[in-house]
Amino acid sequence: MQLVTPGIGLIFWMLVSFSLVLYVLGKYAWKPIMKGIHQREDSIEKALEAANDAKKEMLQLKAGNEQLLRDAKDERDALMRDARKVKEAILDEARVKANEEAGRIMENARENIQYEKMAAINDLKNQIASISIEIAEKLIGKELENKKQQHELTEKLLKDVKIN
Amino acid sequence: MNREIISLNLSNIAFKFENRLMIRKLLHTARLQVVLFALLLSGFTYGNTASHDTITSPSVPAHEQTEKKAFDAGKMIIDHIVDAHEWHILTYNDFHLSIPLPVILLDNGKLVSFSSGHFHHGHEAYRGYRLMMEGEYEGKIVKTLEDGETIDASAKLPLDFSITKNVLSLFISVLLLCIIFISIGNKYNKNPNTAPKGLQSLLEPLIIFVRDDIAIPGLGKKNYARFMPFLLTVFWFIFLNNLLGLVPIFPGGANLTGNIAITMVLALFTFAITTFNGNKSYWKHIVNAPGVPWWLKIPIPLMPIVEIVGVITKPFVLMVRLFANMTAGHIILLGFMSLIFIFGNMNIVAGYGVSIFSIAFGVFMSLLELLVAFIQAYVFALLSSIYFGMAMEEHEHTEEHTTEH
Repeated sequence: MQLVTPGIGLIFWMLVSFSLVLYVLGKYAWKPIMKGIHQREDSIEKALEAANDAKKEMLQLKAGNEQLLRDAKDERDALMRDARKVKEAILDEARVKANEEAGRIMENARENIQYEKMAAINDLKNQIASISIEIAEKLIGKELENKKQQHELTEKLLKDVKIN
Repeated sequence: MNREIISLNLSNIAFKFENRLMIRKLLHTARLQVVLFALLLSGFTYGNTASHDTITSPSVPAHEQTEKKAFDAGKMIIDHIVDAHEWHILTYNDFHLSIPLPVILLDNGKLVSFSSGHFHHGHEAYRGYRLMMEGEYEGKIVKTLEDGETIDASAKLPLDFSITKNVLSLFISVLLLCIIFISIGNKYNKNPNTAPKGLQSLLEPLIIFVRDDIAIPGLGKKNYARFMPFLLTVFWFIFLNNLLGLVPIFPGGANLTGNIAITMVLALFTFAITTFNGNKSYWKHIVNAPGVPWWLKIPIPLMPIVEIVGVITKPFVLMVRLFANMTAGHIILLGFMSLIFIFGNMNIVAGYGVSIFSIAFGVFMSLLELLVAFIQAYVFALLSSIYFGMAMEEHEHTEEHTTEH
């Protein structure tokens, strides 16, 4: 029955030692340990939260960057489109202008030609008139001399005319 | 006997104490365990005395008598699991190697102290005291008459405050606990917010385990912090001593947590804390349980009596469970070892043959005991936390009771 009879000595020493160990560990071990664990858990939780926030921010930043890139691309495309339009417009304008210029030059040339032509015709008319008069003068002069000679002279004069 | 206790003990593991129903169930099994153990224990002691009788019986032939005396398994086992006034290490033929421990007696208000070596393992009396090795006062120090031999039957037994094997083991474990945990506590103070290192990282998961799986489920997040020191101390005290008990030689080997005095004090602490923290509704449920018909309270206070018995049963169960589990484990292990010598006494070859199986089972049991060492510490701390939680619980289902009846 020694097994199931608690001894007074052991009870006494156990009461003393356990109370002591409870007090000592409670004050010098469990308090700092629990505090330390709690603090660390808090700091880990905060760090995790911060990391999560940073991740979210990163995602947002990335999305922003992408948006920026897309915008830039769009702008570039728009610019290119505009440039192309401007180029085409310039080209068209140039073409129109060139055509106009060419037209004008042609017109001028035509006018000049007409003018020159008119001048030449006038000149020719004048010459023909003078020649005709000369011929007529000569014809009138010769007619009186000889019929045959008259013919010959006319022939000869006509040859002169052809030269012109 | 032991197998049943072990199986009961293993059945405890299965419980995840989620709700009140489960706790009631557990308490029920625990009560069953007590009854079973008491029954089995009486059987064991009966068997022991019976074998003792056969040794001294004159009808047994002389040579068998000496052989039997050479090895008595029951006595050996009991000697190993109970307290002693010396720390026995080994015996080889007539040579005894043991550490004598101080004897401190309080005899009629007089403090007497001397080394237990003077008793010569109970063979001699010293200064009018004698250490009894058998009989009614087995293991106790009694007063002798003037001749120094016969027991003074008229004198009261002196109060024994000796530093026995268990007391020394208790001091060693308390010292170890202080050294280990204060050094760890200093580490937390010195480098806060860093990853745990070395011993700290080994023990921290278990400290967190006590907090997250013992204290918080039992007490709730609001109240748990106040009880952490007690729960941690109890858990580590039991766990460390269970492990030390498994070490076969000094400074381990004392069956400290398998001693009823130790478990009694631990359970008393739980009981005291439960009682001092009981709130109004806890006491109301004991004295005047709401929702119970009046004729169960007046004129015979049946329900209050039942409730009070329940209050006392809780720590009693804690005490017996730890004691029985640890003692049973030691008994089984020693039993396996005894088999070798029992068979060896019959036939030397049989002894060697059995030793193979005994050692194999011994190793198995030791491994199982490692598990039990942890589980018992866990269960004790968990039940303590649940009891505290029950004492502090605010009962919201009072109305439910009244509407039911």
